[in-house]
Amino acid sequence: MSRLTADNEARARRIMALYPRPKSALIPLLHLAQSQDGHLTDEAVRHVAELVGITPAEAAGTATFYEMFKFHPVGRYLVNVCTNISCALLGADDLVAHASAALGVKPGGTTDDGMFTLETVECMAACTEAPCLAVNYRYRLRVTPNDFDDLVAAIRSGDIDQEIPHHGTLARVHQEIPEGRMAGISSPEQARAAPAWMAAGAEGAG
Amino acid sequence: MTGPAGEGPAVEITVDGAAVAARPGELLIEACERNGVYIPRFCYHPRMASVGMCRMCLVTVDTGRGPSLQPSCMVTVAEAMAVETESAAAVKAQNGVLEFLLINHPLDCPVCDKGGECPLQDQTMAYGPGESRFVEEKRHFEKPIAISATVHLDRERCILCDRCTRFADQVAGDPLISFMGRGGATEVNTFADEPFASYFSGNTVQICPVGALTAEPYRFKARPWDLTEAVSTAWVDSVGARVSVQSSRNRVLRVQGVDADAVNWGWLTDKERFGFEALDSDGRVTGPLVRDAATGALVPASWADAATRAVEALSRAPAERVAVLGGARLTNESQYAWAKLAKGVIGTDNVDAQLDDGLPPELVLSLPRATIDEVCRPGGVIVLLGGDPKEELGSLYLRLRHAVVSDGATLIEITPRATGLSGLAAHSLHPRPGETAELMRALLAAAATGAADGGAAGCDRAAIAAAAAALDGEFTVVLGRGSLAETADSAAAAAAMLAGRGSVRFLPVLRRGNVNGAFDAGLAPGLAPGRTLLAAGTDRLAGIWPRVPARPGRDARAVLKAASVGEIDVLVLLGADPLNDFSDRAVAANALDGAGSVIAVDLFVNDSAARAADVVLAAAGPTETEGTFTNIEGRVSPMAQKVTPPGTARADWMIAADLARRLGADLGFASPAEIRSEMAEASELHRALTPEALAASPVEGVMLAGTQIPVPAVEAPVAPGSRGLRLVATRTMYDDGVMLRHCPSSRGLARGPEARVNPAALYRIDARPSTTVRVSSARGHLDATLVVDEGVPVGAVAVGWLAPGAPANALIEAGSPVTEVTVEAR
Amino acid sequence: MAADGYVDHAPGYVANEGPKIVTGRFGYEDSHRLARFEATGGYEGLLRALALAPGAVHQQVRDAILLGRGGAGFPAGVKWGFLPPGRYPYYLVVNGDESEPGTYKDRLLMERDPHQLIEGCLIACYALGLSQCFLYVRGEMALAQERIAAALNEAYEAGYAGRRICGTDFSVDVVLTWGAGAYIVGEETALIESLEGNRGMPRLKPPYFPAAVGLYGQPTIVNNVETLSNLGWIMANGADAYRRHGSESSPGTRMFAVSGHVRRPGVYEVEHGVTTFRELLYGDNFARGILHDRELKAFIPGGGSAPWFFPEHLDLPLEAKPVGAAGSMLGSGAVVVMDETTDAVDAALRLVRFFARESCGKCTPCREGTTWLERILQRIADGRGRPSDIDLLLDVSDNISPGPYPAASDEARGLAAVAFPPRQTTICPLGPSAVAPVVSTIRRFRSEYEARITRRDAIPVKAAS
Repeated sequence: MSRLTADNEARARRIMALYPRPKSALIPLLHLAQSQDGHLTDEAVRHVAELVGITPAEAAGTATFYEMFKFHPVGRYLVNVCTNISCALLGADDLVAHASAALGVKPGGTTDDGMFTLETVECMAACTEAPCLAVNYRYRLRVTPNDFDDLVAAIRSGDIDQEIPHHGTLARVHQEIPEGRMAGISSPEQARAAPAWMAAGAEGAG
Repeated sequence: MTGPAGEGPAVEITVDGAAVAARPGELLIEACERNGVYIPRFCYHPRMASVGMCRMCLVTVDTGRGPSLQPSCMVTVAEAMAVETESAAAVKAQNGVLEFLLINHPLDCPVCDKGGECPLQDQTMAYGPGESRFVEEKRHFEKPIAISATVHLDRERCILCDRCTRFADQVAGDPLISFMGRGGATEVNTFADEPFASYFSGNTVQICPVGALTAEPYRFKARPWDLTEAVSTAWVDSVGARVSVQSSRNRVLRVQGVDADAVNWGWLTDKERFGFEALDSDGRVTGPLVRDAATGALVPASWADAATRAVEALSRAPAERVAVLGGARLTNESQYAWAKLAKGVIGTDNVDAQLDDGLPPELVLSLPRATIDEVCRPGGVIVLLGGDPKEELGSLYLRLRHAVVSDGATLIEITPRATGLSGLAAHSLHPRPGETAELMRALLAAAATGAADGGAAGCDRAAIAAAAAALDGEFTVVLGRGSLAETADSAAAAAAMLAGRGSVRFLPVLRRGNVNGAFDAGLAPGLAPGRTLLAAGTDRLAGIWPRVPARPGRDARAVLKAASVGEIDVLVLLGADPLNDFSDRAVAANALDGAGSVIAVDLFVNDSAARAADVVLAAAGPTETEGTFTNIEGRVSPMAQKVTPPGTARADWMIAADLARRLGADLGFASPAEIRSEMAEASELHRALTPEALAASPVEGVMLAGTQIPVPAVEAPVAPGSRGLRLVATRTMYDDGVMLRHCPSSRGLARGPEARVNPAALYRIDARPSTTVRVSSARGHLDATLVVDEGVPVGAVAVGWLAPGAPANALIEAGSPVTEVTVEAR
Repeated sequence: MAADGYVDHAPGYVANEGPKIVTGRFGYEDSHRLARFEATGGYEGLLRALALAPGAVHQQVRDAILLGRGGAGFPAGVKWGFLPPGRYPYYLVVNGDESEPGTYKDRLLMERDPHQLIEGCLIACYALGLSQCFLYVRGEMALAQERIAAALNEAYEAGYAGRRICGTDFSVDVVLTWGAGAYIVGEETALIESLEGNRGMPRLKPPYFPAAVGLYGQPTIVNNVETLSNLGWIMANGADAYRRHGSESSPGTRMFAVSGHVRRPGVYEVEHGVTTFRELLYGDNFARGILHDRELKAFIPGGGSAPWFFPEHLDLPLEAKPVGAAGSMLGSGAVVVMDETTDAVDAALRLVRFFARESCGKCTPCREGTTWLERILQRIADGRGRPSDIDLLLDVSDNISPGPYPAASDEARGLAAVAFPPRQTTICPLGPSAVAPVVSTIRRFRSEYEARITRRDAIPVKAAS
């Protein structure tokens, strides 16, 4: 049970200000909620729905469509192993079997210590580097069983905390438009005229 | 080939080799159906936007670029389009879709409520494969889950057609159910612990093409083939939504919406749909009751004894000391019978179908009327002057909502507080209580000069100027009663100001059942049947009624005030409950106690009758008697008798005729049809109501138009000068009314008492939101939860009219232009 | 483990010989930084464009015959022309939701050269009078999101984006937005739904192009990342220079990801229309042949949605038209290579499972049909197949995509090619895409299915060793 913190709510409002309609910020705001709690709590979904002006049922309708959103706690590290065609041709199944044995959980399961959730996923767009996996959406390529063991050991030791944030945190660099630099949103309700550089119709943009 | 009645020249298409004239812009699936070619479908619904999801309606379409499979619910007809609805490709695709839908559909038809009237079942029989090639395990979900107080959802049966979710979002504006999940795991559901609490939830059950959605009142009650149906009219409010009343073995088991194009488009409120439960409840009065002198209790009696007691009281009393209140529950025919009994036999004009909770009848009847279609005209401008249609007249609310959301209508609301339409309104003005006329004066002045002088009635200048600009051209007025904590005078004066503007027309939305029929039958002081003043109607009535009152009588407020000081000998409550419905609870109580005799004619022993009735005469309910109903537009439609009344209860008109006979008069009719023919004699207005006209328009009904009453002069009361907090009391969909108390599925839905204040007024109140406060007036007090609500004017406290345990009329003094209150912590 | 030409900071990218239009900066470690971009001709194209009238910029793109790189291969300049005049505001939506099986190029472009993409967005906005640009990146691509965010911040700071760009009266915001995991959002109308905060379900057609009715119902251009990444080069060097690369009908270069059983899998920038599959798979400049010298069994020429090709189709050029006529599509530039050890049933199951998992669920044939196909294939793979299952697979397929389904010719079996695209009972092409592996494999390898059903045989899918 956690609504967005004051800081996150302020950030949510900054994100919403980038879109002509607040509902367009729904997915980014749900990510924000997930970064706060590691998964989407009912209270956070309710809060996000309130912010963008829809019902919680509508927000949940959208949220449940997308597989990155989790509605129950998952491990601090979400291990996604690709099993689609290119990876399968080069040993993805063996990698899944190894990961499953190494972590002691079946795909979909979470280790008892809450550290790892193992998932098989579809194509991650690293097909030439098969087999591949991602931990909290940080890619690892041409992964051998040994690589996997090393990765788990490194995570457990905290050595790569810098590189791989806890589950929920996606990008750590955000778009921030400097004061006065924004051109301004154009909503269908407001903007009906041609933009200035088109209206001028002159050669070049002056 | 004759052209259809569409706008513009017909579009010539070919359907299965035959030439067909389609309407311009028509969907292919509609054009085919109108011409006798039914294309199977699940997701398509004529009253909602097409989504093309189920793919059942795929047909072969050739527009000159070769044949291809197209969903006929998404294709608009085009000249020379050639359509094959049974081409090999179309049949294969349709069979394929059916097979796909069935692979995960449980074959539990024998125990499914939908079995026998199930489009999926029917289409499988008609078009489907003989046997399944699907050998795997079907999709499983927890069996039916309650998604609201009345609606259950079985996700295994659901075929994901988007009808219920589309209805909730697009039609009702309550998107509380949604698709969840993705692909083969998609399901319909609510969010966590937020139920599908929509006033319109029952419509989703009716339009579900499978048995996924079922309604609590009908679950496992009957099989469709055991039901017989009759088209009738919904009675719980005054919209006159058309319904199908369905019964089995003399019990009404289900009410469904009927698509009347001019009225409700097939939609109903849950109150209209499930209200029938009350009629079959244990609380029904099934025979006459009389007050036992010894015990003070109401005890069963024979009709002869009860009627004798009533008649003894009536015959002892001078006519001007007899009063009849209520009658909006009755059919037109019963209303006429009672008008004739009261005015024409007893000779009293102390007759009022309203309980100080409506508008002056001569004003309402004098105004040029608009139909619902005229109000909801695409691109029109609608002024809402009065209460909240969503709370009071739900099926009208759906039409207004559609007009604004889909048809580009502009809504200007002038209401005592925000309404269910405020989010859609172009302009929302909420005058201080008692100051509607001031606001209207300012609006019209601003409209005339093009600029507002200043604020008025607590509304700021800019808002007035903006709304005034929208009043520039043609508009219609939806006119109702706003707050019940002030007299109707200010609002009536505002309406009269608008009536002076050339082409303005009005849709009066007095909410109580058949109140419009009651007005037309003359059940109001000073009125004769047929929208005629008593004085003007005397000549016409002379040969038909034994007598006609010489002078206009008292309205409900005057009657009850007179009764409370012992000036009324017999008070007849014709389905009226003054204790709960009259504006002033103290006056109502004193009147009940002070009246010589109280005779109740009702389905239930309501609080007033329980307190004071000497005689209770058991009346037949709306599904138990034949007759007609007049809606807000003046549209008359049939009420069907589907079952017999319980016990010895009888139709109100029979009760009137019986009492008349015992009083030595003969009302002169022995059936509703005979009453209708007398009405046509007694009233110019009702001459249009011929058997032929009714038979010719069984769904849309017969419009009664015209009036004999000039617009009366209405004085606006002087706005009170005080700056205290003023009470706003408005009706809610669910309250503690006697019908709802007897509906098992709805009775829990009335919200607890709330006192709503604007956040800007919170500083005037020494209490925290969400705590219990006491709202007090000079008259009394009630306890309620304090709620912050930006939709309440700053100087006001808003309460619901009849919240359980907190009747607002405990605070109100009848006839007072405003009700001043204080709010303090408890 | 780095193969020849492997650039460590652009994993998978192979700097082969040939013109480099969009991958030119990949060799620099700091290719994503504004300083590097400016030092290597970056934003020159934008400045050139700003010196021209917007219409003239559009004409350049039209003249360049820049074909869309998202899958459909429609000329961008023509697509742009579908905007209905005067119905402002117009929007630009960038499709960075790369997730077609086998496809790996847009992620590289976003991670390695975000400014090149931003420049393309700005040029498109300028040329067409687009009021706002939404750059939609696939949800799982955290690094791409970070790189684009950082690049946008640099661009705003330097005056390349936002209000009064480069001191002119051209003002437009480029807003980074991102998804949350749904392949179907790569379909342009589903992408728009997602950007409106909805479930990413494709819209009904017509209208066929978002250019008429798109974001918020307004005219909207949806372009793929690679498509837009070409614009800076085209404006800087001119349409004529662009057309000097590639073939007449398919100018320029394209990025191809070659994955699976090849010696040198990788992402290559290839001259469009002139290179053949044989060169791509076997050429020294490219993938250098089948792994372990095995025989080629089949290859998918354009991502998981594409019908399969076989060794006899290797000499087709990498060009949309001939590939389409031969029964498949170039799609998103993803070539998946399968050697003789590959089990046809398992490979088909792998792809069908993907489409079943990714079906949005909106229309019946896709929602139910893809799941059913997966379950039948799974049953066969598990050794519980029935002889009737092969025909059942084909018939269920036919109810999703009424036949004949596009397929490559097969002389040995006397089968002629069926040209692309497939027909559909569905709203969008996802359902029919699931049919591609089913029909491709049953047509060619029916005996493998039969063997699997009757003898429970399987050719194991082996990991590379």
